[in-house]
Amino acid sequence: MKNLAFASAAILAAAALPAHAAGISDDVVKIGILNDQSGVYADFGGTWSYEAALMAVEDFGGTVLGKPVEVITADHQNKPDVAANIARQWYDEENVDTIMELTTSSVALAVQGISKEKKKINMVTGAATTELTGAQCSPYGFHWAYDTHALAVGTGGALVEQGGDSWYFLTADYAFGYSLEEQTSKFLKSSGGTVLGAVRHPLASTDYSSFLLQAQASGAKVIGLANAGLDTANSIKQASEFGIVAGGQRLAALLFTLAEVHGLGSEAAQGLTLTEGFYWNRDDESREFGKRYFERTGRMPNMVHAGTYSTVTHYLKSIEKAGTDETEAVADAIRSMPVDDVFGRGGTVAANGRMIHDMYLLEAKAPADVSEPWDYFKVLATIPGDQAYIKPSESGCPLVSQ
Amino acid sequence: MTMIFGIPLQAFLGQLLVGLINGSFYAMLSLGLAIIFGLLRVINFAHGAQYMMGAFAGFLLLSWLGINYWFALILGPVIVGLSGAVVERFALSRLYKLDHLYGLLFTFGLALVIEGGFRYFYGSSGQPYATPALLSGGVNLGFMYMPIYRGWVVVASLVVCIGTWLLIEKTKLGSYLRAATENPVLVQSFGINVPLLLTLTYALGAGLAALAGILAAPIYQVSPLMGSNLIIVVFAIVVVGGMGSIMGAIVTGYMLGILEGLTKVFYPEASNIVIFVIMAIVLLVRPAGLFGRDA
Repeated sequence: MKNLAFASAAILAAAALPAHAAGISDDVVKIGILNDQSGVYADFGGTWSYEAALMAVEDFGGTVLGKPVEVITADHQNKPDVAANIARQWYDEENVDTIMELTTSSVALAVQGISKEKKKINMVTGAATTELTGAQCSPYGFHWAYDTHALAVGTGGALVEQGGDSWYFLTADYAFGYSLEEQTSKFLKSSGGTVLGAVRHPLASTDYSSFLLQAQASGAKVIGLANAGLDTANSIKQASEFGIVAGGQRLAALLFTLAEVHGLGSEAAQGLTLTEGFYWNRDDESREFGKRYFERTGRMPNMVHAGTYSTVTHYLKSIEKAGTDETEAVADAIRSMPVDDVFGRGGTVAANGRMIHDMYLLEAKAPADVSEPWDYFKVLATIPGDQAYIKPSESGCPLVSQ
Repeated sequence: MTMIFGIPLQAFLGQLLVGLINGSFYAMLSLGLAIIFGLLRVINFAHGAQYMMGAFAGFLLLSWLGINYWFALILGPVIVGLSGAVVERFALSRLYKLDHLYGLLFTFGLALVIEGGFRYFYGSSGQPYATPALLSGGVNLGFMYMPIYRGWVVVASLVVCIGTWLLIEKTKLGSYLRAATENPVLVQSFGINVPLLLTLTYALGAGLAALAGILAAPIYQVSPLMGSNLIIVVFAIVVVGGMGSIMGAIVTGYMLGILEGLTKVFYPEASNIVIFVIMAIVLLVRPAGLFGRDA
């Protein structure tokens, strides 16, 4: 009898095993938001992305498959080594299930490498490089919100159509600047535009007037700012001081969002063209989301914040669909479902991890046209996702059959 | 068209002027540093933070109290100067007996704390500050479009630099200051309050940084990071001019501003290191700096 009881218990236990694996490991789903919270990108993503993640969890009900969802956050200071240490600690010691946001390309690539090695899911909203879904793609790595290609197509391609066919670049003198300039130039040329020249400025210069005078003298119709953060803000502010926009030249900021336009003020930003994956005042659904976000943070979300909301929501939905938080199953669910939320709007996740969704070409309004706080943009055009993003088969990602 | 060094004369003149404008900021900031180092022997790493505080003082006075640019130009340096006086009296003055390194470390830490605090409250992307109406717009000089505000910065900076130099080199107060640093015990025995003089000096240096900050507010983003971007360059200028030499700091500030401006035309990639290259050369050839006296 004893033997029989033991055998039954063993069978029961064995039968229970898959059921156990199909639940939530260690009884909690832990999401880590890792980004720059003290440097130049602290407004671009920062703690505001953490707030967006918290909001997504609350909207989801706070639990998934009956287990609580926890969000933790840390500052990587834009340093890949710091980020790598935090990622390893989170995965190895704190049972973090996924790391998200990951502003700054070098950091995102480092953490995606670690996640792949540890077989964990990472979802990037803050970084720009197309490498994440190209040569360095991961079966568990996903890229939301935007990339350098989408910015180039959006701002570059659309402006040429509107007659801005000769360009001069102000480029930040490092890899990110070069890659933005190169990808945008490629698009300009393929859509009939010309590049009259470029000036490379050191990262974190304070005065751009010399460079702006050179751009002004080139006679180009569009001055493309292939830089980021405070560099772009100062370039724009000083361009307005030197009468560049008033003189008929157009400024195109290749990576600039609502957060930075708010910092700059619409007086200096007016007439600026840029591309984002989200604008809060575009339709009723985005307005409703924007207002709820504003109530808790006092700011309107840009594409990184709304994108982070979307990654958290889609991740939790995918766990629900897979019935487990096991990495392979969740990654399959992420790819198999359309991204249906305020940000994704029926976007799809390709085999290389790229979330393909529409982008918006935006123009900063003149101060007189700004009717309420944070109402900085008008939408010039919608760029369909399949044009904005590299075709998965051409991305160079080994996971996609070429 | 007349060409000079392979670029059109007009563009060359434009860049020269832009260099002069940047030189104005360098001169004003390095002046404050030189005074503090020359008289207190403190390497004031908080100078960039004080410059940033000046810009924020202008921004906050305007957005909270509606105080305009012109009053802020006076009030801002006073507020930052007072905060400098507090720092000197309660902290820095206790470090004079120790190695210079302690003053450097203290002010460096202070700068990090101040910048962190402002970043916590105001974020990293900065705040806008509009150009005062009287100085907005620009004039066409023929070779370039010159924003009026930038012209004002050059004039204001020249006035401040020359005024400060006169104050220290030609007035009685200035002579007390200089004497107090040469031999504080002797000066004290003449009945002059030396600790008070030193507090005033630090406040003056901090106030000068704040003034530069307010002048910069309409040109650059009012950002918590604005000072840390500039401070290292300004230190290099002080070293080139000769640590503690006030005239050296002023002249070198303008000179290197212009040189940097020209580098931005001929080889833009090098524009952020040209000042440090000059610094290295000067240190090799004249370790005391261009205007410094050999110790």
